[in-house]
Amino acid sequence: MSVDVINRVLDRSESRSHEDARNRIFRWLLFGASVLGLVVLTLLIADVLWSAYHGLVTFDIDVRQFLTATSSSRPGRAGFAANILASVLLIAMTAVLAFFLAVGCAIYLTEYAADGRLTRLIEANLANLAGVPSIVYGLLVLALIVNDAGLGSVILAGAIALALLIVPIIIVASIEAIRAVPDGVRDGAYAMGSTRWQTIRHVVLPQAMPGIMTGTILALARAIGETAPLIMVGTLFHATRYPVTTDPASWLYAPFADFSAMPTQIYTWTFLAQREFDALAALGIVVLLSVLVLLYAVAGVIRRRYETDGGQSHD
Amino acid sequence: MKRTEANPMTDLTSQTSQPDAERTPTRTDPDPALIADDLSVYYGEEQALGGVSMEIPERRVTAIIGPSGCGKSTFLRSINRMNDRVPGCRVTGRLDFHGKNVYDANVDPVALRRRIGQVFQAPNPFPKSIYDNVAYGLRVQGRDDEVDMDAEVERALRGSALWEEVEGQLDASGLELSGGQQQRLCIARAIAPDPEVLLMDEPTSALDPVAEAKIEDLITELAEEYTVVIVTHNMQQAARISDQTAVFLTGGELVEIDDTDRVFSNPADQRVEDYITGKFG
Ligand SMILES: Nc1ncnc2c1ncn2[C@@H]1O[C@H](COP(=O)(O)OP(=O)(O)OP(=O)(O)O)[C@@H](O)[C@H]1O
Ligand SMILES: [Mg+2]
Repeated sequence: MSVDVINRVLDRSESRSHEDARNRIFRWLLFGASVLGLVVLTLLIADVLWSAYHGLVTFDIDVRQFLTATSSSRPGRAGFAANILASVLLIAMTAVLAFFLAVGCAIYLTEYAADGRLTRLIEANLANLAGVPSIVYGLLVLALIVNDAGLGSVILAGAIALALLIVPIIIVASIEAIRAVPDGVRDGAYAMGSTRWQTIRHVVLPQAMPGIMTGTILALARAIGETAPLIMVGTLFHATRYPVTTDPASWLYAPFADFSAMPTQIYTWTFLAQREFDALAALGIVVLLSVLVLLYAVAGVIRRRYETDGGQSHD
Repeated sequence: MKRTEANPMTDLTSQTSQPDAERTPTRTDPDPALIADDLSVYYGEEQALGGVSMEIPERRVTAIIGPSGCGKSTFLRSINRMNDRVPGCRVTGRLDFHGKNVYDANVDPVALRRRIGQVFQAPNPFPKSIYDNVAYGLRVQGRDDEVDMDAEVERALRGSALWEEVEGQLDASGLELSGGQQQRLCIARAIAPDPEVLLMDEPTSALDPVAEAKIEDLITELAEEYTVVIVTHNMQQAARISDQTAVFLTGGELVEIDDTDRVFSNPADQRVEDYITGKFG
C-alpha cells in the first residue's frame, strides 16, 4: 500500500516535471517572440535616426528651416512645416468627426438598442470593420466625397476618410469602457429618478470617459501615420503653401484647403531622385514618430491618472 | 381645470390626469402609503412573487424577511418600478401609492422614483464628490435653482449622520469614504430630494457591526419623516428597528405580516415559526 502511494506521488512529480519542461519551452518561445519584435523595432528606429543624422551631416540640412519652411522641389529649400500644420488640422478634424460619431454609436448600442440579434450582429462586425484595409476607406471617400459630392482633394475629405477608418476602433473601445461602468451605479442613478439620458450624461459617461479618451487617442495615433487613404483622396506633391495663414479668416476655410500631411510628404520625398530628399524623409519620420510618442504618452497619462482616483470603488 | 398644488398623484403622470376614482382604504392609524393587491412578478416564465397583498403604513418601518431567493428584492424593486429595467420581467396585480396604481399606463416611472428613494445592498456612490453625490437628486429634478443647495446638502448629510465626519471635505470623492460612510452617503443621496418612501435592500449586509449599528439608529430616526421598507436577512435587525414585519417564503409567497413584536413572539404560521427559530430556510 505504501508502495502504491509512493508510486502515485512519483507519477505525479514525473508528470509535473513534464509540465515544467513544457512551461519552460513556451516561456522561452514567447520571450523570444517579444524580443524579436523589440529588436526589429529598435533596428527600425536606429536606422531612421542614423539616416536622419547622416542626412543632416552630409547635406548640411538646417533643422530650423526644416521645421519652419514649406516643401519645395529644390531639396535645399524644402521644409516640413506646412505638412506638420496640415497633419494637425487633419487630425483635429478627424478627432471631432470620429469622436462624436463613435461615442454616439457606442452609447446607442450599449444603452438604447435592445439586446437582439441585429445588435449583436452589428457589434460583431465592428471588429471586422476595424480590419478593413485603410486604402478602401480612401477609395470610398474618393468616389463619394471628392468626386460625386465635388468636395475635391481637401483636408476635410482626408479627415472623413481617416474618421471612417478609426470610428470602428473607437466604438469598440467605447463600448468596452461603457460596459465596464458597474451596473450598481447605473441602478443608483435610475433609482434617483434620472431619465435615461441623465443617467448616461451624468453617471455613465463621466466614468467611461477615461477609457473612451484613451481609445480615441490611440486610434488617432494610428490615423496620423496613415498614408494610403490620403493618397487616394489626393494630396499635394509638394506642400508649397500652408493650408491656413496668419489671417484668422483663413481658418474658416481650412477644411477646404489643399494639403499634404506628414506621411504623404514623406512618401513623395522618398521616391524623388535627389538623395537629399531621402534625408529629408528620414527627418520627417523622426518628427512623425515624436508626435506618435507624444500621443501615446498623453494616452498613458490619462489612463494612469484615472486608474488611481477616478476609477471604481475597490469592493 | 385648476391645478391642485398638493395632489401628489398628478405629479406621477407626465400629463395631467383627472383625480383617480378614489378607493377608500381602511382607515387604520397610520394611513398606508403603499398597498399591494395580488401583486405578482414574473421573470420570463418563472414566477418570483406570488400574489402578494399587503399594506405599508406611512412613517413606519416595515421589514421584509425570508430565505434567499424568496422574492424580497423583487418586491422592493416592483415598488419603484426598477423591475422595468429587467428584460423579460412582467408584473400583474396592483400596487397603489397613495391610491394610485403605479402600474397604470400613465404613470411615469421617472417621476415615481423621484418620490420613492432606494438604498442598495452594496454602497454605490457615484464617482463624484461627496457634495455632488448628495446634490444629484435635486439636480436631475431641475430643482437646483429653487433650493439653497448648500443647506440641502448639509441637511441630508446630517440626516444620514454623516455630516460630522465629512464636514470640510465635501469636495473629496465619495469613493474615498469607508464602506459604512459610503452607505450613509447613499442614504443622504436618497433623502436629499425629500422622497416619501425609502426602500432599503439589505443596507447593512456589507458593513461592519459599528457601521451597522449607526445605520440602524438612523433608520429609526428616518421613520419619523419617511416611510421605510427594509429588506434584511438579519432577524435581530428586523426585530430591533421595524414596526411591522412581512415574512416571505420560497416561491415569492407572503405568509405572514403583522406587528414586528407579534411576528417574532407569537407567529401565526408554523412555517414562520420554523423559519424564525432557524429550522427552515
Ligand atoms: N433579473 C432577474 N432575472 C431572472 N430571474 C431573477 C432576476 N432577479 C431575481 N430573479 C429570480 O427571482 C427569484 C427571487 O429573487 P430575489 O432577488 O427577489 O430574491 P431575494 O429574496 O431578494 O433573495 P436574496 O435574499 O438572496 O437577496 C429568484 O428565484 C431569482 O432567481
Ligand atoms: Mg435580495
